[in-house]
Amino acid sequence: MNDRIGRPKVAVFKFASCDGCQLSLLSAEDELLAIAGEIEIAYFLEATRDVVDGPYDLALVEGSITTPSDAERIHEVRRQSTTLITIGACATAGGIQALRNFGDVDEFRSLVYAHPEFVETLGDSTAIAEHVPVDLELRGCPIETGQLVEVINAILAGRKPVTPTSSVCTECKLAGNVCVTVAHGTPCLGPVTQAGCGARCPAFLRGCYGCFGPAETTNTPSLAGWLTEHLGIDHPELAHLFRTFNADAPAFRSESRRQEAARR
Amino acid sequence: MSHTHDRTISVEALARVEGEGAMHVEVTDGRVDNVQLRIYEPPRFFEAMLRGRCYLEPVDITARICGICPVAYQLSATNALEALCLGSDHRPPAGIRQLRRLLYCGEWIESHVLHIFLLHAPDFLGYAGAIEMAADHRELVEMALRLRKAGNQILEVIGGRAIHPINVRLGGFHRAPTRAELTSLVGELEWGREAAIETTRLVAGFDFPALEQEHTFVALRPEPDTLPPGATGYPIDGGRVVSSTGLDIAVEEWPEHFHEEHVAHSTALHGRLRDGGNYLVGPAARFSLNADRLPDDLRALAEEVGCTPPVTNPFRSIVVRALETVYAFDEALRLIAAYEPPTRPAIDVPPTAGTGHGATEAPRGILYHRYTLAADGRITDATIVPPTSQNQPAIEEDLAGFVQAHLDLPDDELQWQCEQAIRNYDPCISCSTHFLDLTVDRR
Repeated sequence: MNDRIGRPKVAVFKFASCDGCQLSLLSAEDELLAIAGEIEIAYFLEATRDVVDGPYDLALVEGSITTPSDAERIHEVRRQSTTLITIGACATAGGIQALRNFGDVDEFRSLVYAHPEFVETLGDSTAIAEHVPVDLELRGCPIETGQLVEVINAILAGRKPVTPTSSVCTECKLAGNVCVTVAHGTPCLGPVTQAGCGARCPAFLRGCYGCFGPAETTNTPSLAGWLTEHLGIDHPELAHLFRTFNADAPAFRSESRRQEAARR
Repeated sequence: MSHTHDRTISVEALARVEGEGAMHVEVTDGRVDNVQLRIYEPPRFFEAMLRGRCYLEPVDITARICGICPVAYQLSATNALEALCLGSDHRPPAGIRQLRRLLYCGEWIESHVLHIFLLHAPDFLGYAGAIEMAADHRELVEMALRLRKAGNQILEVIGGRAIHPINVRLGGFHRAPTRAELTSLVGELEWGREAAIETTRLVAGFDFPALEQEHTFVALRPEPDTLPPGATGYPIDGGRVVSSTGLDIAVEEWPEHFHEEHVAHSTALHGRLRDGGNYLVGPAARFSLNADRLPDDLRALAEEVGCTPPVTNPFRSIVVRALETVYAFDEALRLIAAYEPPTRPAIDVPPTAGTGHGATEAPRGILYHRYTLAADGRITDATIVPPTSQNQPAIEEDLAGFVQAHLDLPDDELQWQCEQAIRNYDPCISCSTHFLDLTVDRR
């Protein structure tokens, strides 16, 4: 896209989400104006009412698919976009709202709304990649601003972005943190969670809660077994540990289902 | 002129609001007869998802309702659950309460500055957005980004992350920062305080469209003896619920006075007073009910820029947001100076069966949480009332009044000013736990 005349056209699209990941772009305080000088912000409703029609060189997609109309809209976004990057846990794994995938959405609907018949929704909250091809996924709930800036830079420079696929444990060791599980008996998902946050939670003496989703290669049954054996963590806590912001990411989903099945 | 008699103004996707919404106004025979702020943010069913989860989890789960004001969710949840499990008279030690209020100051700064400069000022200065505004007012946008960063740094140091902080837990924090860590923030906060004062003077000079609305204001008002050392009495992290019509209740009495209605055209539940009236929460309500709680120099600044209670022109809410930004910098500096690091970062909060209520002042207004727990700490019921649901009826009322008074404006100008009237409330549409998808009648 760099040999094209003019600045690349960037669009930011939102599906079911909290807006936090697109806010990460506005939170790149030191880089925002420099980035804005290199790209044309063609569609970013949270920031501007000016809308430039597609096609777009780069689409950043936040949020998960939860309604019939969004399931159609994502195809239009894909058609209009040369490169499509999902930003955050909702877009890459269905987000916290994918907890409905483990329950009954009709029951959810009538619990929250007096007139459930007004509410149009799908039974599951699904990742963007379940609907259209995705070129790159940025993990996190929310994403790390630094990773977003790196990806935009890489695309502007025509190179592959550098984003780690190792586990949080790697970053934690590099940061020189004391292991919260070994030293304090705090349950931590660091061994099975993808790196990228810089091991924020262990640095605050808290266990990782998996907001970057499963790492590339994980052994969740081993971790779950260890947590039960050594820390006495049992059902339903163990299932809940894997069932938060990336509940429907395959490795976490199968582990929480396994825990549930084992206790039935 | 027939143009002013029969018109339809429709904005299918509102810009510079957090979340997804649309606006629809119909004028027949020169009278505004239908105004709808349509919300089509997909439903996420937070209250249902919380059932069966452990009472320690709402702090992390409800933060995900809103990426702009996660601390509001974390601390309203904490207030509700601690009121139940510890009793409403029992409060964590001063240091923990100082850190909570300080963290919340960071969120007010981050959120208010986002709204003032990046979402709302472009309306007054005639730009489509802040990036476009930066072409002509680069120094202004650079100042805004530095101000936001100062707020975000408080969130990073105390919360461990600016968006969805990781360090907040029931009973306190996972790790309490040292005095030195907090002191490292002081230089930038002192700069920020001065820059926020400059901002207040700047935005007070904007041209405000004429509109006077008599809304019932509702805000929190803390009891002075509940404040930790260093804190002054403007409402942020708790208080009693008061109104401009004389209401003065404890938060646990909320359900007796407020309720939510589900209307077909919007996916947000609409907040109403039990007597049927609309009401307004947010900066204008907070300031109008609590201006006496501001320190003298801030009250003098408010008077200097012509901002005196009650604030009845909704377009002037941007001035109140700027004043509250000054307050947040000021309060943060006072809290850091008085910080007493707690001996333990968190106190024990044992699970208790029953129902707990909690509220705080999110940047956009009161955020109320209610949880019912079983004896083992499982959540059996959860209710969350975000500010934007409460404000939606008042926003629609403003739009009707505004359009009625400005029917002579050409369509595009009227449309932009209507959008601006909505942005007066900084509506956080993703914040609505109750938003649901709706087939929008697109004309």
